[in-house]
Amino acid sequence: MDWLQIGSALFLLAMIVFIFPRMREAVKHAPKGNMNDWMGFIIPLAAVIGFIILLIQMV
Amino acid sequence: MNDQNLAMGRSEASILATNKVLKNTYLLLSMTLVFSGVMAFVGMSMNLGHGVSLISSIIAIAMLWFVLPRTANSSAGIPVLFAITGLLGLGLAPMLNIYLAVNPSIVQTALGGTGVIFLGLSGYALTTRKDFSFMGGFLMVGLVVVLVAALANIFLQMPVMGLVVSGAIVMLMSGMILYQTSSIIHGGETNYIMATASLFISILNLFQALLHLLSAFGGDD
Repeated sequence: MDWLQIGSALFLLAMIVFIFPRMREAVKHAPKGNMNDWMGFIIPLAAVIGFIILLIQMV
Repeated sequence: MNDQNLAMGRSEASILATNKVLKNTYLLLSMTLVFSGVMAFVGMSMNLGHGVSLISSIIAIAMLWFVLPRTANSSAGIPVLFAITGLLGLGLAPMLNIYLAVNPSIVQTALGGTGVIFLGLSGYALTTRKDFSFMGGFLMVGLVVVLVAALANIFLQMPVMGLVVSGAIVMLMSGMILYQTSSIIHGGETNYIMATASLFISILNLFQALLHLLSAFGGDD
């Protein structure tokens, strides 16, 4: 394992440590979505996945 | 009657303020994306190594966490944002050099694909005016899971896991773009410098993940 991998690992670890308390806050305070709300997210996400498959076929 | 006029006046003021944040965000985002692209080109011309790339990315993220929140409410926030996006662009240089050497069309496709996804998702959030604030917790949990998986993969060195992480990043960043755009529309984000920084990071991550997926499934990874 070279110093670049160690540096990358420390960088990712620092990001996790920094983001973790924010994640707990977000989970605690974020409003809950209903089925209709989630469908509003799933539809564009499905379009993105379809578009990426199209891009992969083009390359 | 007076109360009704006052409420309408407030509502109009709120819409104007939202439109101003949106306009400033997209203007600043386009400028930072161009600047970041120029810095990536400079880094590629200088043939920067992965060490410099890692260091510039660490400095950029440190500035994003500790300097930008303190300067975002003043004019000093704009040069700080340009410094962050420039350093992140510089950090892309070694990776872009590798992809361009293998298959230049992948970089063009990933760039175009990122643009189409960003414009499509922003357009969706702007036209439907849906409130995506309910996704905050889900996106943050997803981000931590992806970071843990990416950290594990540094030691495990599993190509399949790398692809799963990239796929998850594409989905998370798509969610982030919807969440952030909706946050601007509904008044959750009123600072255009912070809004630009969040959207820039989402676009950058989306581009990198898309590059990885296209190169892997294009058979050139």
